[in-house]
Amino acid sequence: MTDPGTTAPGTTESAPERRSPLDAVHRAAGASFTDFAGWQMPVRYSSDLAEHHAVRTHAGIFDLSHMGEIVLLGPGSAAALDHALAGRLSAIAMGQAKYSLLLAEDGGIIDDLVVYRTGEDRYMVVANAANARVVAEELRARADRFDTFVSDESDDIALVALQGPDARTVLRETPGFGVDGPGNDADDFDASLDALKYYRAFPATFEGEPVLIARTGYTGEDGFELYLAPDRAPALWEALRETGGPRVVPCGLASRDTLRLEAGMPLYGHELSRDILPVQAGLGRVVALDKDGDFVGRAAVERGPAADAPVLVGLTAEGRRAPRAGYAVFDGEGDDAREVGEITSGAPSPTLGHPVGMAFVAPDAAETGRGLYVDVRGTRVAASVVKPPFYQRTK
Amino acid sequence: MTDQTALQYTEEHEWVRADGDTVTIGITDYAAEKLGDVVYVDLPAAGTAVTAGSVVGEIESTKSVGELFAPVDGEVVEANQAVIDSPELVNSDPFGEGWLIKVSAAALPELLSHDEYRALTGE
Repeated sequence: MTDPGTTAPGTTESAPERRSPLDAVHRAAGASFTDFAGWQMPVRYSSDLAEHHAVRTHAGIFDLSHMGEIVLLGPGSAAALDHALAGRLSAIAMGQAKYSLLLAEDGGIIDDLVVYRTGEDRYMVVANAANARVVAEELRARADRFDTFVSDESDDIALVALQGPDARTVLRETPGFGVDGPGNDADDFDASLDALKYYRAFPATFEGEPVLIARTGYTGEDGFELYLAPDRAPALWEALRETGGPRVVPCGLASRDTLRLEAGMPLYGHELSRDILPVQAGLGRVVALDKDGDFVGRAAVERGPAADAPVLVGLTAEGRRAPRAGYAVFDGEGDDAREVGEITSGAPSPTLGHPVGMAFVAPDAAETGRGLYVDVRGTRVAASVVKPPFYQRTK
Repeated sequence: MTDQTALQYTEEHEWVRADGDTVTIGITDYAAEKLGDVVYVDLPAAGTAVTAGSVVGEIESTKSVGELFAPVDGEVVEANQAVIDSPELVNSDPFGEGWLIKVSAAALPELLSHDEYRALTGE
């Protein structure tokens, strides 16, 4: 059998591998690890399927400490981000989060981001691990003429995600949370949590130390992302697991990938890259062309992609053989069929029980309901074009 | 419980057990662990002629796909129907009920011993 890509324990990496502040916790839990953007992160603890289903039915806990956090502080922060990013970040309220994009001059996507306004003059930009450094460099350069200070705080912020229908209950039951103020008031914490809307965040405390509680995630379920100091992360992780008991299953990056795929969420390096404009990935709405002033990538986005530039679609198939990243997509079964695109992500969907995938295809092959064929290692597998998400939770 | 020291191994993370001229082939616990939950196996039917080093099947997990290589020249005498019906056997018992195919072969090529294989995987 060929080794399916994870780092073999015996191999030595040339670059020094980075380890999460939760590394010892994961090793004690018997996790398997994978190299992800230079980090050794848990790929699974027991079973990808069990972890996936736990998030859909109860809750899963993820270590995302490899993600990058870049903080902008100063009166010019909002204006700097309006110039640096595709969205209108000056318009978000204190405690609000927004999905955004860092574009190159030519409109290509350098990274996709979640931006939190954590103060009147303070923003936290969360970047993918592989792009954290380049995002920090770009933000620093682009913010140069604004009255703001950009600092890469990735090494000083850990991230734990609690995702799933039981996430809120478990978070509420977990002891140790409070809000900053006299006596770290736990009643106020509960009230703040109850009032917290989707894509909002509030500053709280865990065992007296600051934690940002955000109602965000990457799984298609309700859930929370908790940002805090690395040395506090193990205590938080253990508290959530202890309180949650069987309702909280530790989850690795493998289940995170199938969860986000079912939810139709793009992954940088797969659906998003420097070679595509936002509109090709269905992210035209993320670019605020109506905002005042220039921003990096505006001219290219206004010009738009070529008429025949590929567009991102969802594909569903029957049977058990799943499309995988890199597989060619054709408009027919025969030898005379035209190659119309390429799969960017694909897997047998654990929730739906059939294969799903995303692909960039020619615009004339992208119509919803269109039948296409994926070359699965030499066999043409029939697939239908659908609009993601493949899975949507019932609210 | 299978005695893993009595098996032979390939660099493609397969195990081989010779019993007369019948050779049973499966993937190792290391390979199953790397794949994650196996959800589909595609195995050659009985009667298929196989050549050492050629791809004869696939093992698909939610995460990825592994190819099954024939470690010997021969003819498939049986594909494990239990694994086709319940692919999770590859994870739960890779050296036992999770075996994949049986091949009749005249001779075994030189394969790795248990110690050599464990040295390869660093375990």
